[in-house]
Amino acid sequence: MKLWHKYIGLILPVLAVAALVAWPFVTGKPANRESAFTILKAVALASSLNILLGYTGYVSFGHIVFYGFGGYIGIYLLTAQEWSLWNAMLAGGLTSGILAFLLGKAILRLRGAYFALATIGVNEAMKAFINNFDLFGGPTGITLNFSVYKAYGGAAQALQTSFYIGAGLALLAVLLSHIVRTSKFGLGLLAIRENEDAAEVMGVVAPNAKTWAYVLSAIIPGMIGVLFFFKNGNVEPHDAFPLHASIELLVMVMLGGQGTVLGPILGAFAYQGMRGYLVTSAFFKNIQLSVSGALLLAIVLFIPAGAIGWLRHRVPMIRRALA
Amino acid sequence: MTILLSLQGVSKRFGGLQALSNVTFDLPEGQILGLIGPNGAGKTTLFNAINGVYPPEEGRVIFRDKDVTRSKPYDHARMGMARTHQIVQPLNELTVRENVMVGACFGHENQHLGNAARIADEVLEFVGLASRVDQLAGSLNVAQKKRLEMARALAAHPYLLLLDEVLAGLNSSEIDGMIQTVLKIREQGVTIIMIEHVMKAVMNVSDRIIVLDYGQQIAEGSPEEIAKDEKVIEAYLGDPKLAEQLLEEE
Repeated sequence: MKLWHKYIGLILPVLAVAALVAWPFVTGKPANRESAFTILKAVALASSLNILLGYTGYVSFGHIVFYGFGGYIGIYLLTAQEWSLWNAMLAGGLTSGILAFLLGKAILRLRGAYFALATIGVNEAMKAFINNFDLFGGPTGITLNFSVYKAYGGAAQALQTSFYIGAGLALLAVLLSHIVRTSKFGLGLLAIRENEDAAEVMGVVAPNAKTWAYVLSAIIPGMIGVLFFFKNGNVEPHDAFPLHASIELLVMVMLGGQGTVLGPILGAFAYQGMRGYLVTSAFFKNIQLSVSGALLLAIVLFIPAGAIGWLRHRVPMIRRALA
Repeated sequence: MTILLSLQGVSKRFGGLQALSNVTFDLPEGQILGLIGPNGAGKTTLFNAINGVYPPEEGRVIFRDKDVTRSKPYDHARMGMARTHQIVQPLNELTVRENVMVGACFGHENQHLGNAARIADEVLEFVGLASRVDQLAGSLNVAQKKRLEMARALAAHPYLLLLDEVLAGLNSSEIDGMIQTVLKIREQGVTIIMIEHVMKAVMNVSDRIIVLDYGQQIAEGSPEEIAKDEKVIEAYLGDPKLAEQLLEEE
């Protein structure tokens, strides 16, 4: 009973991810596997961003930098150094974490809009750097040799494996989000979000806590980056560091409900579902991003706590289940 | 008698304003020190200097035999100093219990979550907020938020507690309740510095009182001594002789 109570906040998020993984198999359509992968990727990225945005209260407009940077490191190691996908993913996650640690020491002393602006700067600076970095192929990027997939049972099998790994990473991101949310470390982060000065007076070592939150929010995006570009077959600067993807992540987290475990998952489902519809519709396909912009505006104006936050507020009974 | 806190020539400027000049005193363990003075006298600034929010430019702050003049507020908290804020600073979107758990978790006892929840419930019972533990802190009224500030500070089980106008805005029965609470805290061995405008309270609970005016210590002593001190009366009530003169002329 007690144990059940402790993990109730985890049940819905894990069920949601499990349903997503099962979806292509139940329907038997390979195209659905690609859609599911896109959503799983969004779940992993949004849940990671939520650790910084939702729990710590720091808005990062350039979070995609960790996805691109980790992806580049991993793909470079895969091709030039012939590392396995596993090791390349670990290396991608780790280097993204280290990048976040160093960045955190430098820019997390900024608050509010200043931090948000700095994160955009970091993303653009990284894009410009990679564009001119010959080891990573400059503007043309790195293309995987087709023979790389042989080690994973051919291209078709490699796609299948990538899907499972993507599911694993999404699950990992959700677990991490839950662990942080329910830990003492997480309580410190929430205190920083609510009032950083008061938190420090109570003994929360805010500079360290913020830096570790940033690191934790960067590792899985780095791994996802390696996986995605492995599956994609190549990596280029504009694919690795698209600013609009950072903003889409913000929309997902805020739409579902920042600061909750379930919120970013729902946000990822809803946003990717909407995006899938918009890019295929004749009218919206070219202005799909302006719809996200309008959506972000509407969320901030009318439901700043997001869907889950709104529900938690209205129905206190289910507060525990919607952690 | 062990000295818990010692201030040696603490001075602080804000631009052209000398907010604190050469404040010096020793605070023995277990005492209640009252800090009074007119608005703008530098009382809250003194608290900020003691707990590291605005480190002083000159002088030293010694807490438990360590120089903490340049330490950060979280270092002070982890060494066993806790404070309340004159302008309440609740963590609005967290529950009352979670607010207090932050104090217990990150104070000098460094409790884990389970213990912190237990301590939070005890402390909230003690300050009379037991019925509100699951409410969001933002939904409390001002008097309750003041009690929450107190509970958060107490949950850290501090050696030194800095109380910044915990009585302001309370009605007289609430003030009596709060005074009893403060006395009970002292019985538990906590040393207290309290900033207060409610004279009845300061005079009753303080072992010693320091009076600040324009950042200077203009008087120091027992409550009886302070009540008779002319400089204090002047700072607070204006010139007493002038008042007498005006009465005579009528």
